[in-house]
Amino acid sequence: MADNSENNAYWAANKRIIVISLVIWFICSFGFGILLRPMLAGIKIGGTDLGFWFAQQGSILVFLVLIFTYAIKMNKLDKEHGVDE
Amino acid sequence: MDQFTLNLIVVGATFALYIGIAIWARAGSTSEFYAAGRGVHPVLNGMATGADWMSAASFISMAGIISFGGYNTSAYLMGWTGGYVLLAMLLAPYLRKFGKFTVPEFIGDRFYSQTARTVAVICLITASLTYVIGQMTGVGVAFSRFLEVENTTGLLIGAAIVFFYAVIGGMKGITYTQVAQYVVLIIAYTIPAIFISLQLTGNPIPPLGLFSDAKSTGLPLLETLNGMLKDLGFTEYTKQTDTTLNMFLFTMSLMIGTAGLPHVIVRFFTVPKVSDARSSAGWALVFIALLYLTAPAVGAMARVNLIDTVYPNGTTEAPLAYEARPDWVKNWELTGLLGFDDKNGDGLIDYVADKDANEFTVNNDIITLANPEIANLPGWVIALVAAGGLAAALSTAAGLLMAIASAVSHDLIKSQINPAISEKGELLAARVAMAVAIAVATYLGMNPPGFAAQTVALAFGLAAASIFPALMMGIFSKRINNKGAVAGMITGLVVTIVYIFLHKGWFFVASTASFSDAEPMILSIKSTSFGAVGAVLNFAVAYIVSNATDEPPVEIQELVESIRVPRGAGQAVDH
Repeated sequence: MADNSENNAYWAANKRIIVISLVIWFICSFGFGILLRPMLAGIKIGGTDLGFWFAQQGSILVFLVLIFTYAIKMNKLDKEHGVDE
Repeated sequence: MDQFTLNLIVVGATFALYIGIAIWARAGSTSEFYAAGRGVHPVLNGMATGADWMSAASFISMAGIISFGGYNTSAYLMGWTGGYVLLAMLLAPYLRKFGKFTVPEFIGDRFYSQTARTVAVICLITASLTYVIGQMTGVGVAFSRFLEVENTTGLLIGAAIVFFYAVIGGMKGITYTQVAQYVVLIIAYTIPAIFISLQLTGNPIPPLGLFSDAKSTGLPLLETLNGMLKDLGFTEYTKQTDTTLNMFLFTMSLMIGTAGLPHVIVRFFTVPKVSDARSSAGWALVFIALLYLTAPAVGAMARVNLIDTVYPNGTTEAPLAYEARPDWVKNWELTGLLGFDDKNGDGLIDYVADKDANEFTVNNDIITLANPEIANLPGWVIALVAAGGLAAALSTAAGLLMAIASAVSHDLIKSQINPAISEKGELLAARVAMAVAIAVATYLGMNPPGFAAQTVALAFGLAAASIFPALMMGIFSKRINNKGAVAGMITGLVVTIVYIFLHKGWFFVASTASFSDAEPMILSIKSTSFGAVGAVLNFAVAYIVSNATDEPPVEIQELVESIRVPRGAGQAVDH
């Protein structure tokens, strides 16, 4: 195992990626899908509004992109910090 | 060939396949029974997780709930998929690195306390058992229709099959069987959706069809549906009627509950590497999303078809005469889940929002199964959907029973009551625990606290309030100690379960309820949404208690350091 400061830097970098990902996760589901829906009501899509689309479809697509991006970024980070398996 | 024979052939063939696989992969050692010897490829593991995850609630119940609830039910869609983001980033890789078999094992070790482990077992059993009740409701619906019997009879037959099925296999049997079940259930779900989307919108891809123009009116499908509902006095499909507070908390409960449900988490113990745990969560969501992107289309389109059936000449004209009702209505009348009551004696099926004038009642849970019949699809599609519904219910029930069984045999008996128990004795204890769980769930499933998906939502609330916070704090904080974790879990579980019981009745006996979800105790927070509140309390209590007491010993802080980095996962201890 690498020394502790290396591990701490790895952990801090991991946490940074997680925070950014979860901000996007929150905005696209709770934000666009629920809280901000009234504000987005003017944007029409397929017979309804953008908020409805995010709530029933868009958010799921965003979640998919988020997880795979995270997996790829972490694999790179593992190697950079010499903690890969 | 009549529909009943066709159902029997298709369902029989899929069952033969699952049982064949289960026997072929029969579990030998305890290690294989619990965790498939950690040899499952991420894509296959993702697929199996998908089958495990998508239960009777997702397959049978969810589209029906969306169909009748419209936008307000979006929480199910976002909640049951968004939780995978949390799982992939906050839990799965670290728990895989930790490298044990069960969730209570992690909690017991991380919080260096047998009490913590026992509390985790109680949380796990409470959440899983509630979940199995929801499954049994779904199993009852599927079997009653498919065997053309009354709902309770269907439930009892289903329970017997689930028992046989879960008890002979272990995790490994389940993993490979679940891959087969995933394939059956996703084909069964999407094929009728494609047909119906083509019929209604001309677009063969249901998620696109949902936002396309309806062939009948030339207007967008959702606008068409809104118009129909308005004519009959119902709320518009895309309109929000639930409060924003409740929707927010409900979505949050389902999301963190997803990440806290032990039968899903253990899936990530079975992948070879830490990096596989991350990608496995992604693959699981890919396979889950195929169904979850289809479900809202199924919901909206089924509602259009249902109204079209009752109002063949349009919603402004007279409805269908009861005598002229189609076969699917007659078939479902047999199950008691669909009913007609000619209140005004005119012989017509009046389907309207006004409760006093409405004569047509449809149980939400039949929508997915009845969907192909409503749309006049060929017999083999109907048979396939029956098989898919059963696959979904069986696979999840089996996974949950595994989680309960391993909690009892491994975390209670082997670790605390009788450490000298033989492997054989441990397996026996696991199987007895499964049998008891099925019996209890079947009994409660006869008078369920809600539709399948709602009962399951309660289970998520419990997992959200008890297990998820403990796991997350165990990984992300070195300061949370044994006392904090135990106090947090107990607070989260007790507060949430009391809130649920106050609304649904003590131990789900409806007559003992003091409040209802229509008029909840606190603000507009329904019992299904309270898990998020319980989770916040769990975090807060754990934080306060930990800071008021001693910090965890050095070796525990080192353990936390070590699970945060992937290297060394291969040497994880085996039992």
